[in-house]
Formats: sequence, structure tokens, C-alpha cells
Amino acid sequence: MQKLGTYMKRYGPFYLLGFVCMVVSIILDMAAPQLIRHIIDDVIVGRNQELFMRFILGLLGIGMGRAVLQYIKELTYDAVGVSVGYHMRKDLFCHIQKMSMDFFDRHNTGELMTRVKEDVDKVWMAAGFVGILAVEAVTHTVLVLFFMFRLNPKLTIVPFMILPLIGVCAVRMEGKLGTVYDKISEETAELNTVAQEALSGVRTVKAFAQEKHEIRKFGRHNRKFYDLNMEQAGIVADYQPAITFLGHTMLLMVLTTGGFMVIRGSMTLGALGAFLEYANNVIWPMEIVGWLSNDIASAFASWKKIKKAAGETPQIMEQEGAVTPERITGSLRFEHVGFSLNGQEILKDINLELQPGQTLGIMGMTGSGKTTIVNLIQRFYDVTEGRILLDGKDIRSYPLDALRASISVVMQDVFLFSDSVSENVKTGKREELTQGTVEWALERAGAAHFVSRLGNGYETVVGERGVGLSGGQKQRISIARAIAKQAPVLVLDDAASALDMETEQLIQKNLKQVDKVTKIIIGHRISAVRFADEIIVLENNEIAERGTHEELMAAKGRYYRTWCVQYADRKEEELCR
Amino acid sequence: MPVNSAREDELIRDVSKKETLVRLYKYMLAYKKELVLVGFLLLITLSVNLATPLMIELAVDTFVAEGDVPGLMRLAAFGFFMFLLRMVCGRGWMRMIADVTNRVLMTIRSQLYEHIQTLSFHFFDSRPTGKILARIVGDINSLKDMLSDSVTKLLPDFLTLIGIACIMLVKSWQLALAAFLTLPLLAGGMFVIQIRAHKLWQIHRQKNSNLNAFIHENFSGIRIVQSFAAEPEREADFDRCALEYRDSFVDAVKVADLFSALVETVWGLGGFLLYFIGIRIVGADKIGVGTFLAFSTYLGMFWSPIRNLASFYNKIVTNISAAERVFDILDTPAEIRDEAGSVKLPEIKGGVAFKNVSFAYTDEPEKLVLEDVSFLVRPGETIALVGPTGAGKTTIASLISRFYDVTAGSIEIDGYNTREVTLESLRKQMGVMTQDTFLFTGTIRENICYGKEDAKEEEMIAAAKAVNAHEFIMKTKKGYDTQISERSSGLSIGQRQLLAFARTMLSNPRILILDEATSSIDTHTELLVQAGIEAMLKNRTSFIIAHRLSTIRGADRIFYIDDKNILEAGSHEELMAKKGAYYRLYESQFEEIK
Repeated sequence: MQKLGTYMKRYGPFYLLGFVCMVVSIILDMAAPQLIRHIIDDVIVGRNQELFMRFILGLLGIGMGRAVLQYIKELTYDAVGVSVGYHMRKDLFCHIQKMSMDFFDRHNTGELMTRVKEDVDKVWMAAGFVGILAVEAVTHTVLVLFFMFRLNPKLTIVPFMILPLIGVCAVRMEGKLGTVYDKISEETAELNTVAQEALSGVRTVKAFAQEKHEIRKFGRHNRKFYDLNMEQAGIVADYQPAITFLGHTMLLMVLTTGGFMVIRGSMTLGALGAFLEYANNVIWPMEIVGWLSNDIASAFASWKKIKKAAGETPQIMEQEGAVTPERITGSLRFEHVGFSLNGQEILKDINLELQPGQTLGIMGMTGSGKTTIVNLIQRFYDVTEGRILLDGKDIRSYPLDALRASISVVMQDVFLFSDSVSENVKTGKREELTQGTVEWALERAGAAHFVSRLGNGYETVVGERGVGLSGGQKQRISIARAIAKQAPVLVLDDAASALDMETEQLIQKNLKQVDKVTKIIIGHRISAVRFADEIIVLENNEIAERGTHEELMAAKGRYYRTWCVQYADRKEEELCR
Repeated sequence: MPVNSAREDELIRDVSKKETLVRLYKYMLAYKKELVLVGFLLLITLSVNLATPLMIELAVDTFVAEGDVPGLMRLAAFGFFMFLLRMVCGRGWMRMIADVTNRVLMTIRSQLYEHIQTLSFHFFDSRPTGKILARIVGDINSLKDMLSDSVTKLLPDFLTLIGIACIMLVKSWQLALAAFLTLPLLAGGMFVIQIRAHKLWQIHRQKNSNLNAFIHENFSGIRIVQSFAAEPEREADFDRCALEYRDSFVDAVKVADLFSALVETVWGLGGFLLYFIGIRIVGADKIGVGTFLAFSTYLGMFWSPIRNLASFYNKIVTNISAAERVFDILDTPAEIRDEAGSVKLPEIKGGVAFKNVSFAYTDEPEKLVLEDVSFLVRPGETIALVGPTGAGKTTIASLISRFYDVTAGSIEIDGYNTREVTLESLRKQMGVMTQDTFLFTGTIRENICYGKEDAKEEEMIAAAKAVNAHEFIMKTKKGYDTQISERSSGLSIGQRQLLAFARTMLSNPRILILDEATSSIDTHTELLVQAGIEAMLKNRTSFIIAHRLSTIRGADRIFYIDDKNILEAGSHEELMAKKGAYYRLYESQFEEIK
């Protein structure tokens, strides 16, 4: 994220173009009364008919000129504003996307959406449209003050007395509004989060018939949003009329002071008339001062939030000079790995060794740290003790994308993008993967059959999170996505939970054929892990049992007991052989 | 089911702009008293505004010209009080109109939200959440200025315009008509611009919604993005969305900014015509210098409200598409709702009957998911649904809680047709647990008590203990008061499933539907959970969908679902003896062991 000025600087020439158009347009605007005076003085009173056409064509010309200039000015500032917004949004998005998991643990999606969407919108509005109005108001005021000064320097003291007061009001108002907009921006994020949650969790809400509860919850935030907006309106209502009042008081003071000067003879009546005309001309910039400070305050509050989000640095950083190795064979080694999060120990002293092509099975109680192992391999979090080696090198010495590209994971919690099936399978390798590979992967994952029956086959758009598909179907697509990546390490985190027996076996058979790939399979069913080269059973954050299926069966420990439960139906002798 | 993705535009029904506007302003009309008061205060403000030039004229022409110092002072004092009065009025109407508009927005927002709650799953399934969110928050917010301006700017400007037009007509009807001559041109031009601009703003709003959806989806699925090192792709996609958003905006303002160009052109032409007609055609002598002089002032006063009105009109054109999108949802009928005359379902025993039930999703009516399914479940029975993925097990479960309506046939619970009872009374007696566990931001306590907010501490703990969740909850930092966030820190998927279990337990349902509810729980915990469920659900009907046959074996009856219907039904022993589809499925899990 750069400074706001840097973003704007990129469009410097355009800002200048808009500014020039604006100044010329103002000058034209000020020239119009002169022309009219000439028409009256020269044509009507002076009966000079020759100049007549020239004058009124001039009037028409001013209109046309202003039309063109105004158009260029408005379009320039609108286009520049939205473009500044575009660059800012892109940088912010890319920045947030690079943040590590702890950041996403702390920030809800609703909040992040508000930053990237609403907050950026407010800032770019200020960088374009609002900005130009502010500049126009200032330019206008300066020009008028200049003319006033030329007309009568003494009387110009009056506007010079009042203008600072207006300035003070505007600054105070801006300050107060800033605080409110800070809260409004927070509340927008809250509102987004509450609404987003109820929408994402709509099945749960409906299953518990808790619509009313959700409506009440949303109602509270809606109400708070209203209160904050009223607070904002109250501040504007406090200051804006006062600013207008000051502006008009200035007019009165010019009138009376100027009146005395005329009466005393130190000023002509005509000059007073002109001066009053000018004073009238600075009233509108003052009237929009309130409105401008409002929008600027809002933009500033949003900018602060954006800057805060942009100022966070990812916890997981690439080491400097990390190079992508040419080939990763996929041998994995855990050396005394321990991990704690928020002071809670999740894993301790994990030692593992996997040669390329070997399979590790992980079992264990709910919450025993199985998924954490997966998170650590991918460097979603960094180990707090020990180290993990990939091909003999600490995973922290790889570039992040190279590390993650060499490990493909089927997550427990299936997430699909609202995109076509084949785009979903191609995730991460959109350019490289051919349609053939996509179909091959879907075939392997036992998904080809049902996908081909979908409305548009591989091009069928699946809903967000894969809604519209059954749990098992989603899971198969997510398995295909991982297979398609053809990475040296494949991790299946409870990837078969929603699959029926037949499909699971089919996939297992297919996976077995994929040798040379190091596999980590986390599962609750014996059938998922029994052919692994090594099986570990986690308990209380550490490895409680380890060995092959046969060894563990012989040990008659936890693994054996699980086996008994799952196959309890078989006859005793067959069961506990 | 046709599904809208983040990259496609949504379809928007064509509604006349007038209809949308009338509908929008009806919300304002609920505040007649306030609006009248605002109008009154605005009138005072307007009078002061109009009186100001007169006052100055009087001061300059009379008091200053005649050297009347006391008169000048009196006038200044009078002016001061007038301005003071206007300040007070301004404060009043600004607050009041802000109150009205913010209330209207609050009303629309809550109406929209309430309505969305009544919509069926189909609505949520067919579009990304981010797009719905865009309407609830962004689209509604963009109506704010339009609503308040329509009172505070439209009214005074309109009155000023009429006032000035009258004065001009009285002073010289010829000159006035000459000045008005350009108005049809202005109106015509605005109309043409508006048609085009409206279309373009509609497109921009769609792009806005796409962008919103993309951002939402990206951050919801950030784990997948990072795990697949898909950041460069996502950035490219984001770039496209953001570019489309920008370009659609630029396209729209290219047309919309013509508004002010038009106004300026017409202003120039108006001046040209005024003096040409006045001097060449009517003749300067007939009109008089004074009138010409006055007219140049009036013309300025005449054009300023026209400019304001044009820009207000522009604002309407810009934002009406936001209103259209909001009303579009409000007009989406709730497919599943309480039918007229539906009664409250009394406390049920739990008998479930499917009578010739067929089902197809509403947008694919020809593709039946279930066909002519009939079965009877006695209260207290445990039914296991098995079969290949996608065969319709979840659909059967969803139909019982009336998440979808049957296409043909009927479903009865204790003899009550599910369509003839209120949704709330029906669903409150059901406990549905799905595979996707959803927990809300809040404490563990709040989540467990979701279905029963008034639950006592002991009840809650009993529920947690029953599903074996108590132990790990107590291990978390603050026990039951531990905060759960969207991406739940520190809880595994299995633990989340256990919390959802406790939640269902506590809501004390008469009919329990477990759709893969234990899929992420290890075998030992599952055994404990099952013991808990069995104890609590003695004599209650339950439907269990599971792939682990160990879970299924204990069911009273097993339905094997395939080919849109129940292929086999019976107890484990019966089905095993039958040596059919279930037998093959069951045997397959031991194949490898043999």
C-alpha cells in the first residue's frame, strides 16, 4: 500500500487538465455578466447594432465553452477518482491475500469486505469528485477575494475576519465527524458480518426456526447504524447552518460597513454594489464547506482503516534469498516439532520420517492436533519448536508459493468457488492444466460420472461453497482438485468423511496407483489408513502409538480398539485375530 | 440448477422507473408530519433567501443612497435576526430530514433482511452470498442522498423556479417566453441522456455486486487460495472484476456527465435567444432598459435551480438501479411459507409418513430427484438412510423439515400435512444436523443455546456432557465463554461438530435428523456421542444418514436409497439376508480385510 498522494500523483496530468478546465470555466462564468453589461450599455442604450450579434454569439459561445470544459472536468475527475480507487483496491486486496492465517483468524470476512469495498469507495470519491469541488470552492474564493481586494482593500478586512471563523467551524466539524465516521465504518463492518453470517448459516438458522432471533440481532445493528448516522447528521446540523449564518453575516457587515464608507464618501455606490456582488459569490463555496468536510471526514476515517489493515505484516514470511528448487521429491521429516497457539499447546515432540512415495496414516481423537500437522506442513502457521524438513531442507527456507505448490491438500472443510467444475479443479494451476488433466483427475476422484450428468458437464457452475451438490459430490471435486495439482506431497485430511464406501474404495484404489507421491492420510476409518507405511495415533497432543497396521493390531492399543468397534459385526475370531 | 457465479452479471427484471420511484417515496410518506414540518421550515429558509437580495437592494438604493445611518442599522439588525432565524430553522430541518431518511433506510434494510430470511434455500443456493450482501448494505446506503435531497433540494428549487418564472412573466411575457423557449430542448436532452445513463448505471451496479461477491468468496476461501498457491490467479480474477467495476463506472459517467454539459449549452442558447428575440424581434424600446437589466439577474436566478434540479435528476438516474435491485429481492416470493390457514403443530409423537412423494427442484421440474416415495415411520423408530452419494438421502431429510416443498404427494407428521402447519412450529420440533457445521460468532455458550436461549446452565452443561463436548470446552481458555470466530481459532472441525451436536441436543427435538453428523468425529468419541443420543432420544424418531456402517447397524430399519426411490428397506439382519444392494455395500467394507 502506498501513500494516498502516490496514487494520485500517477494521474497528475489529468488532475492538471481538470484543474485548467475548471479555472477557464470559472473565468468564462465571470465573463458572462460583462457581456450582458455590454449588451445593455452598448446595444440597447448606445444603439450600437453592429456589435450586437457578436455579443450574443459570445454568450452562446460561453455556454458552449463551459459545456465542453465542464464535461472534460467532470469526466476527468470521475475517471481519475475511480482509477485511483482501482489501484488502491488492488494493492489492498493483494496485501490482505498475502496475510497469514493468524490475520484471518482475527478478522471476519465481513470486515475485510468492508475494507476492500466500502472504505476504498469512500476514499476514491474524495480523491476525485469531492476533491475537485473542494479545489473549485477554494479557487473561487481566492479569485473573488482578489477582486474584492482590488476593489476596496479596507472593506476586504470583513471577509478576512469572517473566513477564519468559518475555517475553524469546518475544522471542528471535520474532527467530530471523523470520530463518528470511524464508528460508522466499524459498524458497517459489523452489519456486513452479521448479515453475512446469517446468510452463510441460513441452513442452521432455518433448521432451528431462529429467523426471528436473527432478525432481532440484525435489527440491533441496523438500529445502531441508524443512531450513528443520526449522530453524524446532528453534527452537520450543528455546524452547517452556523457556517451559512457566518457567511450571511459577512454580507451584512459588508453592507453596513460599506454603507458607512459610501455615506462618509470614501467609496462609490457602484463600487459597493460590485463588492456586494462579489460577497454574494463567496457564499456558495461556504455553503458547501460543510458538505465537503463531511465527505472528507468520511474518506479520512476509511483511509485510516485501510492503512491499518495495510500496515499489518504477515507472520509467515519468506526467508530472504529463498530459492525454488528445481525438483522436489517429497521426502518429509518432522524433528521434535511442537506447536502452541495463544498459549495453548497443540502438538508436542512430533517426529516423523517419510520417504518419497511413502504413505503416512494419522488417526486420533477429535481435537488431538491432526489438522494442525497439515497446517504446519503448508506453513499456515510456523512451528514453535523443532523443524519440518522437505527434501532435507527446512520448509522455512523455501519460497512460500513453491512450498505450497509442492503440497496438495484436500481439506476437511470443503470449499469450492462459485465457478465451473473444471475451473475449480484447475485452482492454482489454471494456465498449466489441460482439460484432459481435469477429466483425468475427476475420473480418479470418482467424480467424472456425476459431473458429466450435470447440466453443462464440466462447465456447470457450482454455487458458492458448492451448494447444489451433495456433501459427497463436493468432496470428490475437492479431491480431484488436489490430484490435478500432481504435487509431490498429497495430504488428505479426513477427505472421505462424506463418501460412501464404494466411492471411498474406488478412490483409495486410484490413489494407490499414484506412487512416487508422498501421501499423508488423516482419517477416522481404519480402512482409510490401514495400508499406510506408517500409522500414527495422536492423543493428548503427542504420538501415542505408531507402527504399521499389523504392528498396531498386535499391540492391542487404541488402534486395535478402534478396529474392533468399526468391525465389531464380524465374528469374534475373524475380528480380533 | 442454474447458478450465478461471481464473474457473471445477475439478471435484473425490467421495472418502470416510475414504479420504482413511487414505491421508494411511499416509504417517505409514512412520515407525513415530519415532512410537513420540514417543508414549513424550508419555506422560512427560502423566504429569507429570497428576501436577502431585496434587503440589499433596499439598503443600497434607499439608506446608503440617502445617507440614512439609523435606517441602515435597523436593516442590519433586522437582517441579523432573520439570518439567526434561518440558522435555527436550518438546524431543525436538517436533523428532521436526516431522521426521516435514515429511518426509511433502516426500514427498507430490515424489511429486506426479514424478507430474505423467509426465502427458500433455492434463493441462497443460486447466487453468491456477497451479492446478497451488496444489496443489504451497499445498495441501500446509496439511496440515502437521493432520498434526503428529494425533500431538501427538490422542493425549494422547484418553488424558486416557479416563483422566478412568475416574476419574469409579469415583468415581460415576451422575454420570459424567449427564456423558456430552450426548456423543451433541455427536457428532451435530459430524457435521451437518462435512458442511456440508466442502462449504464444498471451495468455498473451489477459489476459492483460481482466485485463484492468476489471479495467475499475469496476471503471465505482464503485457506484454499493459499494452500493451492492460487494467489496469482485470484489476483488476476480480482483485477478483472475491479477493472470491470472501474470501466463500467467510466462508461456511465461518460454519458451522465453530459447532463451538466447540456445545462450549460442550453444556458448559452437561452441567453442568445433572450437578447435576440428581445432586441431584434420585439424591439428593445418596447421592453425597456430596466427590464433588461432586471432580466439578466432573474435569468441567473432562473438557471441556478434548473442546474440543481438537473443534478438531482442525475442522482436519481444514478441510484435508481440500486433501488431496483433492492425491490427485486423484496419481490422474490418466498417459495416456502406458511400457507393460509396453517395451524400450529401441537407437540408431536414423531410419526412420519411419506405418501407418493415426488420431488424436483423448481428450476428443473422435469428432472425428478425422488419419484413416488412412500413410507411410514412409527414414533420412536430409528431409520438409517444409506445409498450412493447424490441419490437423494439428504433430499428426503430436507423434505421432512419442509426446507423444500414436495412436487407431488404429501408428507404427514402425526397425521398433520407438513404444508398445513406453521413452519416455526414444525421446525422447532425438528433437530437437523448437517455435515457442514455452522457456528456463529459469539461464545460457546451462545452457540449451544442457539435453539433454546432461555436454557439453564445445568441444561446446557448436561447437553454438552451428553455429546462428550464438556471436557474439551473446559480445556479452552474461558470454558463456555470462549469466543468462537468465523474461522474458529483453536477448535477442530470435529469439535465444532460436537458443539453443533450439543446445540441440537439442547433444543430437545421430537424428530432428529442426522445428516453425516458424526463424519468428522473419531470412532471413540462417536461411540460416546451415540450413547448420549440414545439416552436422550429414547422413544423419539430419528433419521440417520451416514456412510460408516457401524453407525447404521443399530437402526431399527434401514432404507437403501437409489434410483429416486427406496430400493430396499428392513432391519440390518433382513437386508443382509436379502443379499441385495445393502448386502453388497456392507460386505464391500470388509473386502480389503479378507
